Formats: sequence, structure tokens, C-alpha cells
Amino acid sequence: MDTITYFKDRFEQLQGQQLDSRLKSLRDDAFSAFEQTGIPTVKHEEWKYTRINDFFNKDYHFTTDLKEQQFRAPELQPFLLPGHEAANSIVFINGHYHAEHSVLRSEELEVISLEAAAHNQYAPVVEKHLGHSADYHKDGINALNTAFIQEGVFIHIQKGKTVNHPVYIYNVTDARSGNIFAQPRALVHVAENAQVEILETFVTVGADESFTNQVFEIAVEENAVLNLCKIQNDAPNSTIVSTTHVHQVGKSVANVVTISLSGGLVRNNLNMVMSAPYCEANLSGLYLQNGHTHVDNHTVVDNRQPNCLSNELYKGIMNGQATGVFNGKIFVRQIAQKTNAYQTNKNILLSGNATVNTKPQLEIFADDVKCSHGCTVGRLDEEALFYLKARGITDATARALLLHGFALDVLEKIGSEDVRAYVNALVTSNLQLD
Amino acid sequence: MLEIKDLRAGIEDREILKGINLDIKPGEVHAIMGPNGSGKSTLASVLAGKQDYEVTGGSVTFEGKDLLELAPEERAGEGIFLSFQYPVEIPGLSTTNFMKTAVNEIRKYRGQEELDAVSFLKKMKEKMALVEIDQSMLSRSLNEGFSGGEKKRNEIFQMAMLEPKLAILDETDSGLDIDAIRIVANGVNKLRTPENGILVITHYQRLLDYIIPDFVHVLYNGRIVKSGTKELAYELEERGYDFIKSELA
Repeated sequence: MDTITYFKDRFEQLQGQQLDSRLKSLRDDAFSAFEQTGIPTVKHEEWKYTRINDFFNKDYHFTTDLKEQQFRAPELQPFLLPGHEAANSIVFINGHYHAEHSVLRSEELEVISLEAAAHNQYAPVVEKHLGHSADYHKDGINALNTAFIQEGVFIHIQKGKTVNHPVYIYNVTDARSGNIFAQPRALVHVAENAQVEILETFVTVGADESFTNQVFEIAVEENAVLNLCKIQNDAPNSTIVSTTHVHQVGKSVANVVTISLSGGLVRNNLNMVMSAPYCEANLSGLYLQNGHTHVDNHTVVDNRQPNCLSNELYKGIMNGQATGVFNGKIFVRQIAQKTNAYQTNKNILLSGNATVNTKPQLEIFADDVKCSHGCTVGRLDEEALFYLKARGITDATARALLLHGFALDVLEKIGSEDVRAYVNALVTSNLQLD
Repeated sequence: MLEIKDLRAGIEDREILKGINLDIKPGEVHAIMGPNGSGKSTLASVLAGKQDYEVTGGSVTFEGKDLLELAPEERAGEGIFLSFQYPVEIPGLSTTNFMKTAVNEIRKYRGQEELDAVSFLKKMKEKMALVEIDQSMLSRSLNEGFSGGEKKRNEIFQMAMLEPKLAILDETDSGLDIDAIRIVANGVNKLRTPENGILVITHYQRLLDYIIPDFVHVLYNGRIVKSGTKELAYELEERGYDFIKSELA
């Protein structure tokens, strides 16, 4: 069965169950879009260096039934992130939100199904923001997620409140009996004057292949602050397509840090849409890859209103046969005067077989703006290495120190001390190069 | 402690050192002077083990060991220290962390226990006072955004921390004003002991007003062409390097 037929079959099953949902037309439109374009191949401009369609030529399983999964809460134990004892946790298993595995400690935080949110007082928020990412991703993989919104969640942060515990989101894929395709979906609403810290991680259990096609849309209202850190340290049998679409609808601050340490194939789409004046967005990323892994960061900063500020800093350390992609788009609309947008991408290649494709892409239609971009791809500085060795430091330690120093300014962007220490330890252990 | 015999070295087929002979005994301070391009910095780099240079002949023995056989970090472990003419800026690595790692790696090389945090801090405080630098500078990224004087003081601080047997100071005075030279020289002088050797490489005599050498050698065109005591440095300062050239002609 080809891919489109397989998903059509699933889609029709689901349509049979839920006829009168307000989400129906969104799903229908998304499915038609998927039917037309299918899974993007390398012929698609935005997917030129990242090949995700191989997975779909294998046997795989995509379940629309929450009850089908075998994963038990205690099995999550080894993957819990530090500080979890005092954190809210939201657990997706094979793409489905599991309330019984999740722990909600903060009353400023509300987690309900998207389906429910579409029919209660949050309906206007859902209507305005759900599916907004499709404006930026005209491809079948984004549409495929939207077509199957059913167990997605709506996360609401109360107006004027700071969520007193961080929110940990676990994207678990159980690949213990067959290849699994999973589609976590969430809409996060950070209401006016609210503040939240979210930490996300991806976990594959089992030796079969996993493909996680995640779409998170986040609306940030007036004077709200979003701190989001994505940690990707998944198994080599995993593929992750993670779309994070941040829509700053009011004067607000959004800080997003993306750390990609391991995993078979990772594609991150990060969009910062600045739809109000005086928004601030900070996008930072570190990718540290070895072996045959592939990591692709596609970012978009869309300045739709005047006086917004964005700082973007992505750094990569590539070893083995790893391949990396950085594609940073900055749009400055005609009305968006006084935009300040800065972008930097720096890469160190440790092996002759590692590669990075880096591409800044600035489209500026306003005339009174400050925009800069710069990218570098180089090797470890031999002068610096000699300097350290001349002080008695062995070659391996000297290399690790230099690379850690290179990565440090990204690591320092991680807000939570617990998480920063945790990521720092992961990075340090990954840098014990042989 | 250091015996250099007929040392020849160069870079990409170009011979820069054309047979250097030099003998440094414990407690001695030697100065090497010479015009630009004579090979002074090459000699310093070769002694510290920089890979860019190829040794094509001769030998270097340090306390009976063949120095040329050792990697740069092993030479440091044996007790050789090079104060860089151009200290490298290293983003994201503080001097404190750098020194903690270096001190302990050297101790490991010598089969000693790692220094505990308290002893390390105590040592740091002591040496900071010696070269008049403060904690804030040591917490910053190594050499990043430091002035010329700060970089050189940091080099001497590192030297004080690592307590080498033989210190090689490569143009430590270049780019420094008189006050900075005095601080740097004081730091060096406090480390002078009957057991340690110091090799000062400099273009000008003025540093030697503060670090008084026992011997002065003139390096010219890859060879030591004249050796003497500190008076030779004054003579060079007065008459310029041309008199050496004319003597040789």
C-alpha cells in the first residue's frame, strides 16, 4: 500500500468516529493538502538536504487509538529529566497525550484536549492559532499532522500568572514491536502577562524505528514570556521532525533553545512570527553530532510589525560522517520599520567526512532596519590547541575544552539552572572525543 | 638543565635555525636578542614543541631527556613553560578553569595527586597578588578582549601557577608600557630560584633592566653569533644590530 492510501484509510476510519467536530474542516483541508503533495522529498526546496521519505517505504504502524499502546508509566523513569520531582509533566506516547502518565502541579496551568478547547471558552484561541504553522510550511508532513489532530492537547497559561513549576514535555515513541509513526500535537496559549518555562525531550524505546512528526503551535500574548528548551538526545533508530511555531501576537518575549545531541535524523522547524510591535525573540541552538546522524535546523523569523528585535545564534560541532543543515530565514515586511534582526551560525568540523550546509536567507522589504547575518564553517583552531597543550593539557582534553568553550554561549542561554547543568553534563560527556 | 646542540629547524624547506648551540644551567638567566627575522620566536616555538616547525638536525636535551621526542604537553609536564608572544584568545574558557585543568594534568603527568579545590584557590590567590591581577579577569574568557598588558600579565600568572623549571619568555615586553613591564618583570623575578632557568627572548634591552640576565646572546640569521654578559645588551642598545652585521662581514 502506498503512503497516501495508507493514511487515507486511517483518516477515513477516524472521520467515521468524529463527525460534528469544529476541527473537522481543518482536518479535511489538511488531508487534501497531504493528498496533493505527499511526504516531501529532496526535490522540495525546503527539504533539499533532508531525506525523510525512506521511512515510509518500510512497514510501519500509525495508531489513532489511544488504548493500543503498551507503554507503562514506570517505564518512563530512566528518561525523566532532572528537576522532574518539582515539574509539571506532560507525556505523549506514540503521539497521544496520556493524562494518567502526566503530572500537573501548577494551578496556573491547564491542559485539556484540543477537541474540548475547540468547543469551550478557548474556541476563539483555537480558531485563531490552530493550524497557523501551515502558512509557513506548505508541505505534506505538516499537513499530515493537522489531518490527524485528535489526541492533541491545548495548554493554557493563565493570564497574569507565572507558572511556578517548569513544564516538562516528554515525546515518547514505543518502537518495541514494529516501526512506529507518531504525531504529537499541541497548542500552547501563553495569556497576557503570563510566564512559563517549557522543556521538551524526545524518547524512543525499543529497537525498531521511530518517526515522530511533532507540531507545537504557541501563541504568546501581550507582555507574556515564553522560555522553551528542546532537548534532542534520542536513539539512533529515531527520526524527528519537530515543528515549533511561535506566534507573538502581543508585545512579548520568546526565548527558544534547541539542543540536538543525538538521534538518527532530526529536522527542526522553528518559526518566530512577530505580529505585534516591540516583540523580542531569542533563538539559540547547539548541535553536536557524530557517526551517521543528520540534523537540520530551519528557522524563520517573520517581522510583521515595526520595532521588533531578534537574536539568533546557532552553533554546530560535527564529527564522523554526520551531516548538518542550517537554514535561517528572516523576513522584514514593508511595514516593519526599525526591525533589529541578527543571525549567526558557526560550525566546527572535526572530521573530513562531516558536512554542514548553511544558508542565511534574508528578505527585507522595509528600508529602516538593522539586520546582520554571518556563518562560518571551520576546523578547530590549531593555535589555540597548541596554546593549551603547551600548558600541559593533553590533546583530548584540550580539544574538549575548546569545543566546550565554543558551545558555552549557547548553553548559557538555557534559563533553568537544573537543565543547564544537565545539558552541560551531556555535552561534556559527548565531547570526550576519542 | 637545557642543552641545545647544533639545532637546525625550519618551515616548509626554509631553514630558519641554522645550528644553535646553547647551554642553560639551573639558576641562570639567559637573554637572546636579535633583529627581526633572526629566528628568536622560531627557537621558542621549537623548544615548546610547535608542530609547524620541522627539526632537521641537532639535539635538545632537558634534564637528560631528549626534548624533541616529547609532545608539547609532555614538555610542560617536564617543567618547560613558554610565555607566548601572542597569547591566544579562547572564548568560553576562563583562566581559572584553564589553570585548574593545566595544574592537575601536569600533576597527573608527574604522578601526583590532584590539587583539591581549597589548595587550588589558595594558590591562585597567592599568584594573583604576585602579578597584580584580580579575580574578575580570571573568570572571563581567556585573553578575550584583554589588553596587551593584561595578556602578558596573564601569561606570567600562568607561569607562576605552573612553577616551571625552565621558563621561556618570548617577547614578553612587546607592546607593554613601562608600568606593565615592571609588573611582569617583578613577577618573573620572584620566580627566580637557584633551581630554575629562564630564557628571555627580546628585541630590546629595556626588559633586561628589570630582569637582569647572566648571559646575553645575539641571534642573527639563525645562529648565535655573539655571547657575553649584560653589558652586551647595552652595547646593542647603543650601537644597534648593525655593528654585529658589520663585525660579521
